[in-house]
Amino acid sequence: MALLHSPEELERFRRDLCDKKDPDMPRISVCAGAGCLAYGAAELIESFKAEVEKQGLAAKVDTKGTGCPGFCERGPVVVIYPEEICYLGVGPKDVPEIIEQTIKGKKVVERLVYTDPNTGEKASRESEIPFYKLQTRTILSNNIKIDSKSIDDYLSIGGYSALAKALSWMTAEEVVDEVKKSNIRGRGGGGFPAGRKWEGSRDAPEKIKYVIVNADEGDPGAFMDRALLEGNPHSVLEGLIIGGYAIGAREGYVYVRQEYPLAVKNIKLAIKQAEEYGFLGENILGSGFDFTVKVHQGAGAFVCGESTALMTALEGRAGEPRPKYVRSNVKGLWNRPTVLNNVETWANVPFIINNGADWFTQFGTEGSKGTKIFSLVGKITNTGLVEVPMGITLREIIYEIGGGIPGGKKFKAVQTGGPSGGCIPEELLDLQVDFDALTEAGSMMGSGGMIVMDEDTCMVDVARYFIRFLTDESCGKCVPCREGLRQMDKILTNITEGRGKEGDIETLEELSELAIDASLCALGKSAPNPFLSTLRYFRDEYEAHIKDKRCPALSCKPLISHYIDPSKCVACMICLRKCPSQGITGGKNLIHVIDQDKCNNCGTCLEVCPPKFGAVRKFSGEPVPAALPEDQRKIVRKSKSK
Amino acid sequence: MSKVQLTIDGKEIQAEEAMTLLEAAQSAGISIPTLCHHEKLIPYGGCRLCMVEIEVRGWSRLVVSCVYTVEKDLIVTTRSEKLDRIRKNLLELLFAHAPVSPQLEEMAREYGADKNRFEQDASFCIHCGLCVRYCAEVVGKHAVGFIDRGIRKEISFVPEIAAQECNDCKECFPLCPTSYLQAAFVLTEALVFPRGSSGSAPQK
Repeated sequence: MALLHSPEELERFRRDLCDKKDPDMPRISVCAGAGCLAYGAAELIESFKAEVEKQGLAAKVDTKGTGCPGFCERGPVVVIYPEEICYLGVGPKDVPEIIEQTIKGKKVVERLVYTDPNTGEKASRESEIPFYKLQTRTILSNNIKIDSKSIDDYLSIGGYSALAKALSWMTAEEVVDEVKKSNIRGRGGGGFPAGRKWEGSRDAPEKIKYVIVNADEGDPGAFMDRALLEGNPHSVLEGLIIGGYAIGAREGYVYVRQEYPLAVKNIKLAIKQAEEYGFLGENILGSGFDFTVKVHQGAGAFVCGESTALMTALEGRAGEPRPKYVRSNVKGLWNRPTVLNNVETWANVPFIINNGADWFTQFGTEGSKGTKIFSLVGKITNTGLVEVPMGITLREIIYEIGGGIPGGKKFKAVQTGGPSGGCIPEELLDLQVDFDALTEAGSMMGSGGMIVMDEDTCMVDVARYFIRFLTDESCGKCVPCREGLRQMDKILTNITEGRGKEGDIETLEELSELAIDASLCALGKSAPNPFLSTLRYFRDEYEAHIKDKRCPALSCKPLISHYIDPSKCVACMICLRKCPSQGITGGKNLIHVIDQDKCNNCGTCLEVCPPKFGAVRKFSGEPVPAALPEDQRKIVRKSKSK
Repeated sequence: MSKVQLTIDGKEIQAEEAMTLLEAAQSAGISIPTLCHHEKLIPYGGCRLCMVEIEVRGWSRLVVSCVYTVEKDLIVTTRSEKLDRIRKNLLELLFAHAPVSPQLEEMAREYGADKNRFEQDASFCIHCGLCVRYCAEVVGKHAVGFIDRGIRKEISFVPEIAAQECNDCKECFPLCPTSYLQAAFVLTEALVFPRGSSGSAPQK
């Protein structure tokens, strides 16, 4: 591939690419994101290619693995263009039927389309599926359209046109101004206005400056940056190059966690392709602007998502945050002005440049503009990635897009913002999601993780889980975080194990205050949030654990007991056989009894007891009824008594 | 170098432009507690004991005085109910590791810290990093370093370097606020370079 020397050459090249493609040619797009790959998408793609070949359609059908379209719950996801027919949960065995019916016969395979679990209604187009209908997809929209390994695919949908526009028709100041006008706030957690960050760097006197993509996404349950970097790496790269031009940087870095091997591979490939086409290197598109990008793989520390720790790690030292009172956009990497933005923020930049700040600000609320990707996980019917305008309510995300709580369970809370976010209870479900509203509710936007919890979740245990996570991930440099969290973890563990005592809540509150006031970096300062937000909304659960040694959610094992209701047990032997502790006595016609001394509350009996009997139940905070004497446990079967 | 005027604990002070708040306070005879600070070392900001309250244009916030540099007309408070509470809590957390450090005990008396508030888990090291940083920044040998992360972090001598350098130096020993270091070093020495006085030298 020859270099593209000007915006005109780029446009000509793009038109040639489009002309070569017949818009009516059937295209089979199979999600090749991490989730669908785990479901076997790679074999599926091969099956499609083999079947297309077998049927002699190779020249007439375009089959490709694409980026993640987000509906991970129902993967592997296949979309057939131009009709945009969306098939869910597709396996290699479905391939011949799809080729026969849909590609050749232009008919929909009904059994593979979305079926509403409540109404039974079917929806064959992506845009008709409730999961997608309420979303506003901009940055995620291209994932399913392109092969993430193909720069030509990206170019054919208008890729790098924003870069061409910025370099040729805008001054660097105008680019900064446009981003400032868009009011986009950093998508990585802090929510700092990106334009102001850029301006600070642009105005800094030093000659050498840097731009960095923060792709160290480490929040449990969050995978939006992963989906972008794996699915559409060029969009992130294009944003970064524009940022470099805007602030006057000639070098950029992508700091990506090594736990994302596909993201690492795809971004490296994207950089190589961009170099070949002349979007990176010297005199980009004839503008005189030079820019190079390097990839740096993280070594597994969560704290390296924090900006100063990331930069310290990038400099080749142990990834610990540094104490500083000068912003890193003025003194960052190697003490030089550095703009660090999250993957999603960078991916927004080409859209803002191409469509203008006014287009961007039409979405969102007063203080938070644009759309935001959330990874919706936990006790939710439709697990996946959702992109919604800021200001949408939690209720809409959870019930309309997410399809509510499965298994007829009751919603309890939604945890937003990653481990240092907070839990939001049912009474706040109508909260309009934006940076400020979430912070006010005691949680935060973070990078967009959303973990839904139902009535079976113990909120004290949730706090313990996240505090434990942060204790493990503390870099250990400052005392309030390293030692304070360690003590908080100990106290919370004690409470969930029935050793809570009067005064624990006050000690936890004091340690929280200390961490917020005195920690060195944002990890420590926000670490108490899981405790503080659960205490704020679920204080009664803390008190039940401490005072009554009772877990209201019947979840904390040391505080619960399992019991077989003799009036419901039919002596079917299932639980007796499955109990891993051999803790259930009984027999063929003998009502089963759990030996409380042997029971370790693993819950197997509850799981295996057939729902039509429903004989096993849990107790907490009250003694388990005494077992029936053996002579009263005999079951006399009608059939046998005849 | 030009001077900067600021107020610390109600006292008007002329400080050098590049001074930190801690240095400015010390130059005026105002004492701020520290554990991880050493005048020859780059500020670390780890122990957080030197936190002070600053007020700029009516806005008040907490900063670590060993890092924050002086600014014109800054109003600094080094003792307040809040700061004392922070220091008390920090000391109580540190006592869980170093129950017999004279330096900590003296500060505990000043700030009313309870030595036994948290369950003891004596490792003696409070991760101030003085030995590690002194060896790297002043001596330039990197004979001692941190290993692992967070609550599992420990100091450790690098045997290959320590065998060559430490015997004639030992400058880090007196820096340790809990005196664990000496014990650690002696232990390492005993394990790695046995002297053979009691016949324990490895047979060649």
